Amino acid sequence: MGTKPLTTAGLSAIAFVTSIGAAHADGLVVSNWDGYMAGDAIDSFTAETGNEAELVLHATNEEIMGKLIASKGKGYDVVFVSSPFAEVLHNLGLAETLDHSKLPNIENLYAAAGELAHDPGNTFSIPYAWGTTGLCYRSDLLEEDPDSWADLLEPSEDVSGKTTMLATDRWLLGAGFLAKGYSVNETDPDKVAEVRDLLIDTKGTLLAYDDTTFYSKLVSGEAELVHAWDGWCNYGIAENGDIKYVIPEEGSDLWVDTMVILKNSENKDAAYDFVNFILDAKNHGWAAENILYKVPNEPAMEGLSAEMLETFPNMAMTADELLQYEQLRDVGEAQRLYARTVSEIKAAQ
Amino acid sequence: MKDRSPIFLIAPALAWLTAFMVIPCLLILALAFFRRGLYGGIEYTFTLENLALVFDPLYAGIFLKSAMIAGLSALIAVVIGYAAAFAIAAAPTRRQPTLLFFAVLPFWSNYLVRTYAWIVLLNREGLLTGVARWLGYDGEMPKLLYTESAVVIGLVYNYLPFVILACYAPLSRLNPEIGEASRDLGASGWRTFRRVTVPLTFPGIATGFVFVFVLSIGNFVTPALLGGGQFQMIGNLVYAQFLTANDWPFGSALSMILIAIMMGLLTLQTFATERASGARRGED
Repeated sequence: MGTKPLTTAGLSAIAFVTSIGAAHADGLVVSNWDGYMAGDAIDSFTAETGNEAELVLHATNEEIMGKLIASKGKGYDVVFVSSPFAEVLHNLGLAETLDHSKLPNIENLYAAAGELAHDPGNTFSIPYAWGTTGLCYRSDLLEEDPDSWADLLEPSEDVSGKTTMLATDRWLLGAGFLAKGYSVNETDPDKVAEVRDLLIDTKGTLLAYDDTTFYSKLVSGEAELVHAWDGWCNYGIAENGDIKYVIPEEGSDLWVDTMVILKNSENKDAAYDFVNFILDAKNHGWAAENILYKVPNEPAMEGLSAEMLETFPNMAMTADELLQYEQLRDVGEAQRLYARTVSEIKAAQ
Repeated sequence: MKDRSPIFLIAPALAWLTAFMVIPCLLILALAFFRRGLYGGIEYTFTLENLALVFDPLYAGIFLKSAMIAGLSALIAVVIGYAAAFAIAAAPTRRQPTLLFFAVLPFWSNYLVRTYAWIVLLNREGLLTGVARWLGYDGEMPKLLYTESAVVIGLVYNYLPFVILACYAPLSRLNPEIGEASRDLGASGWRTFRRVTVPLTFPGIATGFVFVFVLSIGNFVTPALLGGGQFQMIGNLVYAQFLTANDWPFGSALSMILIAIMMGLLTLQTFATERASGARRGED
């Protein structure tokens, strides 16, 4: 996913500035989003395996990619990135080809986790968390429960002005692609232009574009229907039981955040140990229990309480249900078209 | 000897500026002429594409829009700030430090926090709405937050103290006898203000205006927070090139043009200030 809890545009800018100094240490260096694993994960890993390790943070995929490309992956051993970026690392020859015999805990993963389109067989990436993008809404304020992307993109009069959309290019355009029945990785310029026009019309009905605080806008009642990642909608649900999450009938994308070992790692054994450590049901389950993201770890998900699954129904989605949605893929040169299209949408009156 | 000896004292400042200002700016300048690699990095082949792209109607339009918002913010800040500085300078001398202290007090808190405060005030379920409801109004409130006006409000609020300080300095130094002479010669209060006070304090006005304009046109936090991301200013565009589009060369090209505009304005302002003070010396 584009951003993670506890970061805002401004804070991530500060984090970017203060973290420019490349990571350098004798021990293992892991780069992850802030708050995306247990606070004591590194210490427990050291205690359990005897490997010294250091955690560095990145605020966005693009930030860590910039560093990895510049340093050819040197200075980092394990990085957490979303699947399209793992694909890029693979295409650039920076990702280690994984030796599964060094990852015994890989058997905890669902079979479906080995069938992901970006990396069938987990040859260079191990899924860490996965989920969907859909509609998060206040069931007590909306007259009808939404069930289609059109409910967000062409809102009825009483909802108009009370909706937000994600601003990150892939998801902003993704909502339009899904509404039109296109692939979430569509690169045909005519179809992209069609979606741009649709989203420019939608812009006039929005309260704001929001990647980081949309769920608090629902809680305060400022917004009634928002474009949201399922995990983040859960943060709203945790504060207000009338908040609900739905995947529109046209579908969703499947986003996957992964762990990648760098080919240029000088601590490869420790890197395998670390990935294996995370794949332990207890450690992997931390993300599900604490930040309410689905993890592809079967015993970890089976360990969730019935009460939790009832409170957060999207946590109960099965791996096979998730896999029916199309994954966001690296689109290569078309990324420029996406960036420009989003600028056009934002610049439109 | 007497003239030369302090020269070396400038060395630390010069070294600091060279290392952290001149060299980074040159790096940005150089980056603007290379190509973006397929996956982000930089391809070291010379191109003018990035600079040409800045003048594409889409991006030139964003520049223009940013300049308009920055200009409007600077204008409002100067009007409000000059009036405040005028009032402070006219207050009894012993009270002036206290008044100035209150004018710059907001600077003691973080920019993000100050900007966020406006969200708390202006949002659809915010304090203003709360007060309106308490007063018995129960209709739909107009949309205040996530608009261009909210961005202008945020910029004016955040940079106002600069203008007050910039205008206070020449106003407090203004010899009151000049104003008295003007009135003795039959000029009305308004005419004295227009023909004597404003021209003599013009350097302060120019400094304040340019400061607010330059800080506003490159700002990206305020449009992101108070504009709801619904329109881009040039700062947001640069931010996006570096942090999401991963197109550093184009981001550098945008930054170069932005820096050029800022430097041009600061030079103009310096000339205006020089001329105004030169003119004053000539009259003496």
